[in-house]
Amino acid sequence: MDRVLRDRRAILVFIGPALLLYTLVLLIPIVWSVGYTFFEGSPVSGFRFNGITNYVELVGDAKFWQALWFSTQYAAVVTSGQVVLGLLLALLFHFYLKRGSSIVRTLVFFPVVLPTVAVAAIFSKLFAIAPQYGLVNALIDLFMGKEAVVSWLGRGGSAFWVIAIMDIWRAMGFYAVILYAGLLDIPSDVLEAASLDGAKGWRLVQFIIIPLILPILISSLIFSLNGTLKVFDSIVALTNGGPGSATTPLTLYMYRSAFTNNAYGYGSTVAVMLAIYCLIVSLVAYRVTRNNA
Amino acid sequence: MGAAAPATRRRLKLGSVLVGGLIALLLVIQLYPIIWLLLSSVKAPKEFNLRPIYALPEGFYWQNYADAWTRGNMSTYFRNSIIVTIPSLALIILASVAAAFALEIMRWRLQKLALMTFLVGIMVPMQIVILPLFTIYYNLHLINNLLGLILTYTAFGLPLTVFLFSGYIKPIPLEVIESAVVDGANIYQVFFRIVIPMLMNAIVTVALVQFFFIWNDLVLSMTFVNETSLRTIQTGLLNFVGQYGQRQWGPTFAGIAMAVIPILVIYMLMNNLVIRGLTSGAVKG
Repeated sequence: MDRVLRDRRAILVFIGPALLLYTLVLLIPIVWSVGYTFFEGSPVSGFRFNGITNYVELVGDAKFWQALWFSTQYAAVVTSGQVVLGLLLALLFHFYLKRGSSIVRTLVFFPVVLPTVAVAAIFSKLFAIAPQYGLVNALIDLFMGKEAVVSWLGRGGSAFWVIAIMDIWRAMGFYAVILYAGLLDIPSDVLEAASLDGAKGWRLVQFIIIPLILPILISSLIFSLNGTLKVFDSIVALTNGGPGSATTPLTLYMYRSAFTNNAYGYGSTVAVMLAIYCLIVSLVAYRVTRNNA
Repeated sequence: MGAAAPATRRRLKLGSVLVGGLIALLLVIQLYPIIWLLLSSVKAPKEFNLRPIYALPEGFYWQNYADAWTRGNMSTYFRNSIIVTIPSLALIILASVAAAFALEIMRWRLQKLALMTFLVGIMVPMQIVILPLFTIYYNLHLINNLLGLILTYTAFGLPLTVFLFSGYIKPIPLEVIESAVVDGANIYQVFFRIVIPMLMNAIVTVALVQFFFIWNDLVLSMTFVNETSLRTIQTGLLNFVGQYGQRQWGPTFAGIAMAVIPILVIYMLMNNLVIRGLTSGAVKG
């Protein structure tokens, strides 16, 4: 038996293809990407070593800082929205709908599986102003008149909120289901004992429920932060970073640097910064939430 | 008691009406955009010009779908997406079940290290890989080549699927494998005749989740393919909406609906599996 399980050739046949493909397409490029940060050029024009020039340039690049700031704001707003609304929905499912919540959960989860490009296309029509009013402006026109109509995607401020609303809308059902699973694991006698002691409503949530589902809440938070810091599809499809560069996150800035400006080394530098930033934010989120518990 | 009971009942009734209203509002918010999309996709051009956008369609103007399918190239994008998705799914499943089998059942040194290596891939942002990969593909002529996309999707799917299948294979009792070996089965027969059939449910769930990732992908297909004839559904749709979207709303809505309808059908048939699959990957990762 042991001899069969130690068959080297069989082991190679089983793990070889996966390991090879994974190494070539993911592992080597990760290392390569860090190497690129010390070069300038592109695959077409060739690469030249330029030391730490990319890093020096990055520090003085106002557009980089603008993109970093946008990504940060966006992640803060959308993560809060996704996790807080997800938690509220989970509480609603568990305490008001109880066993009957299955259909509602299924329907609320549906946007999670939709293609982002399609969702963005729908939202761009919902908030459109020309050549026809989209749904939102048509309703504003109906109730408040033409003067109140807004060019939602034409201004950085409102475009930010349209993207944020869209991504919260898309993902809150996902966090609702995850947190609902956490609520199901709370033993009902714990909740009964707490309510006998007079804990009700928000106090029950704050002092009993949140501490009990904290691990799953932290996972949700970190998962959401990681997703929102890397936002790309939604923004490319909805505003393409505009108007101007008002809604350009780090991912899109990296993409533009590499593919529009043909600066692969600089693009890689932005990408590496993004990876480090995600790691730091996740660690900080983990530490802060753990210490407050 | 006689006086208190009706008051409590009234408060209960008010409470449940409020909660009912809240849930109705929630469902409208979550579903109405999709319903609005489907309704708008069958409106005739003059309806967009003359009537407000919230008005119901006057009839079924199927020409929008015909326009999106032919002039909008949606037929090409659909075909390309299918050509890319099916082999990618088959490769992901086969390679990751085999790898998980080697990692959990076979015995060799560096097993733990190999598993950890795969786990790194779950955390790495896609963006950090794209640029070197573009250089590699550029030199291997895999840009504007569907084979390049298949390899990329397969490799990107592996970390999570290897991890998930390891979890599914671990609880398989060694006695099951042992008795098969005693009966004269070799290790490949054990893999194909014993382990794969035992994992069938997990395979369906994992394949479903990977299907959504691949079908809905934008960034990889947009990076490695830019010829119209090779675009997949999301890049195609992005291009189509950009081109047509300003003026011709009818075909645009029909094009979006085409990207959404396959997902809608699969979700209606298998929503429990989809929800379980998508959320299990998230919490563990």
